[in-house]
Parts: sequence; structure tokens; C-alpha cells
Amino acid sequence: MNYTFDFAPVFAAWPSLVDGVVGTLKMSSLSMIFGLSLGIVFMMMRMSKQRALKAIAVSYIEMIRNTPILVQVFFVFFGMPAIGIRLSGEQAAILAMTLNCAAYAAEIVRGGVQSIRPGQIEAGRALGMHTVDIYRFIVFRPAIRAVYPALCSQFILMMLNSSLMSSVSAEELTYFAQTLDAQTFRSFEIYLTLGVIYLALSQFLSIALGMIGRVYFSYPAK
Amino acid sequence: MIRQFGWGEFLFLLEGARWTVVLSLLAFTFGGALGLAVALGRTSKWAWLRILMATYIQIFQGTPLLIQLFFVYFGLPLLGLKVDVWMALTIGLSLHTSAFLGEIWRGSIQAVPDGQSEAARALGIGYMHRMIDVVLPQAFRIGLPATISFLVNLIKGTALAALLGLTELTRSGQLMANITFQPLQVYGAVAVIYFIICVPLTYCSARIERRLNAAR
Repeated sequence: MNYTFDFAPVFAAWPSLVDGVVGTLKMSSLSMIFGLSLGIVFMMMRMSKQRALKAIAVSYIEMIRNTPILVQVFFVFFGMPAIGIRLSGEQAAILAMTLNCAAYAAEIVRGGVQSIRPGQIEAGRALGMHTVDIYRFIVFRPAIRAVYPALCSQFILMMLNSSLMSSVSAEELTYFAQTLDAQTFRSFEIYLTLGVIYLALSQFLSIALGMIGRVYFSYPAK
Repeated sequence: MIRQFGWGEFLFLLEGARWTVVLSLLAFTFGGALGLAVALGRTSKWAWLRILMATYIQIFQGTPLLIQLFFVYFGLPLLGLKVDVWMALTIGLSLHTSAFLGEIWRGSIQAVPDGQSEAARALGIGYMHRMIDVVLPQAFRIGLPATISFLVNLIKGTALAALLGLTELTRSGQLMANITFQPLQVYGAVAVIYFIICVPLTYCSARIERRLNAAR
């Protein structure tokens, strides 16, 4: 092995790496929030008694879960202009990640809702509450608390998947790294550094989400 | 004249899909073998081995697959190994698979009741046979649904091979979209092919999981 490692060009470019980290965190946190919200809508459709709503939700969820996110983002970025929707790389990335996250979140949250004892929902109905209110005031918190760890790993996976968004030139960490690679040819050093940064980001996200969970769900168990 | 996206073009995509399947099977085979070793190391009695394997798993679960593939692709030549993109992808995806399957199977091994392995030990059965004849068959049953869902993830993961230039399904789609200028139809068709490959597996996994839960 006669290769001299040279990390200097990588570290010299730290401002662009910081930009990349900011881009990655921004894109993934936006898609987490939008994805969870949309996912809850799909979950309610999936649990609904109306056949049509249920069929739409099931087909959507299965379609997303059984195709690669890379193809989904290509579809959004390259395909949608054909029907008149032209998005920038970043917008396409956020949209694709949101749509992707929604399908997974819907399935995860559904697991949580199913863990709620039917008596609680029946009690809500007996009090004359509307379905939406039953979800809002009775079901959601304990349901999400029950599946919070699974939801968090899905979010972390989402953040890691955002690295694919460089392929539609969304300005996140991998995008900047590839630009840097083209300028310096220090591929190995760059991707090693990148790996370390992503590892740190996923640890950070795991701790941050854990703290949010501890605050939000800090009420005594049943 | 610009080509239209028709039957011939669809067959070109199917040609690409063949490589998606081959790459997935290769990675699943090698990754599975290595993953078994990771799972056994992760549940071994030596703390250093457990920590080593936990770190290995953590590294692969905490970094994007794309970066892992780039790392292998650019890293192996530095070790003096001349690898083509096929080789690099097979190695990269296998390592990725081994870490994920290792973690899934660790869970399954630990889910086998302790009494099983204690009883085997009481009968004087050595580690090898205890694992092969007693623990692993039961663990296999428990881990099957998660293993199949991971296979679905792996098939979807091979799409990243497109970004390294291997002409599998997604890359065929990119090429075809550039030729026909009909990206909507082409990527739609690509998605449908992935869907057709993955759905039976997803269905299988869900079915087995329901059956296992019913048995409990």
C-alpha cells in the first residue's frame, strides 16, 4: 500500500461541509414533520371503515414501501415536469422524502393505535366525541408513545437516505462532498470523513429525538 | 426522431431488472453468511467480540448505504485490489447486509428461551451442535419475517448501484428516460417492476409474521 493520506483538502473545505450538514438536517427535519403529519392522515384513512379511503391508503403505502426512494425522487424530479410540476432539486427531494416517510410513518403509527385498548375509544364515543376528537384527545399520545422508538429509527433512516438526494442536486452533505471530490480527487479521505459525519449525525439525532420523547411523553404510564 | 416508450423499451428495463435480482441474490448470499458470523459474535460469551460486532453493526446502521458503497469503491483500490464496479458493489452490499442481518439474527437468537440452550448444555452438547441443532433452527423461525423484509430493503438498496454506473433497473430507467424524453412513463414503469419484485416478498413476510403471532 503506497498511498499517502491527505486530509488537508478535506478539512480546508470545512465551511462547505458545515453547509452540507445544515442542508441535510434541514431537509430531513422538514420531511420528518411533513411525513409524520401526512402519515397520520394516511393511517386514519387506512383504519377508516370506508372501503374507498382504505383502498387508496393501502395502495399508496404499499406502492411507496415496495419501490426504492431513489426511483421515487427521480419520478418527482424528472417525471413530474411532464405534468407541469417543475420543482427545484431541494423541493423535489423534500417532497419525495415526505411522501416516502408518510407511508412508513402511517404503518408505524397504525401499530401504535392498534395497541390502544378498544375500551378507551368506546368511552370517547360514549361521551359523544367526534372521530377526529377521539384521535386528538385520547388515542394519539399513547399510540405514538408506544411506537416512538420505531418512529425514531425511521427518522434516522430518513436522514441517512437524504444522502441520495445529491443525485437530483439537492444541496446536502453528500452533494457538497461530491463537489469537493471533483475538485480535489481525494475520494477516499472525503468519503471516510463523510462516514464519520453521518455517524455523528445519526447519534445526535438519536439522542435529540430521545430527549424530545422524554419531555413529550413524560406522563406516568397507565 | 425520438424513440417512444413502447414494448421494446420496456424489455430493456426488464433486462436491467435481471441485474437487480442477480446483485440482490449475491449480496444476500454472501451477506447472509457473514451476517450469521456477526450474529454469533454478537451473542458470544467473550465481551471483546460482542463489543467489536456491536461497533461493526453500529457503523453500518449509522451511515448511509451510498457512502458505504463509495467507500468500498474508492477504498479497495488503495489496498492494491483492482476491483470493477460489480465486485465493489457486491462487497459493499454484502457488508451492509451482514451488519443488518447480524442485528436481526442476534435478536432472534436472544429471543429463543434460555432454557433451550441451558438444557442443551446440561446434556453436554457442545457449542457447535447446541447452535446448529437447538438454537438456530428456532431462531430462524423467529427471524424469518424480519429477514424477508430486509431482503426487500436490500432489493431497493441495489438501486444505488445506478449512482455508481452499474446498468441495473434504475440505471436502465435513467438511460431510457434520456433516450425517450418520457421520464414520467419510464420511471413509472421502473417503479412498477420494483413493485412486482418486492410485493410477493412483503406479502410473504407479513403472512409468516401473522402466523407466528397466532401460534404464540
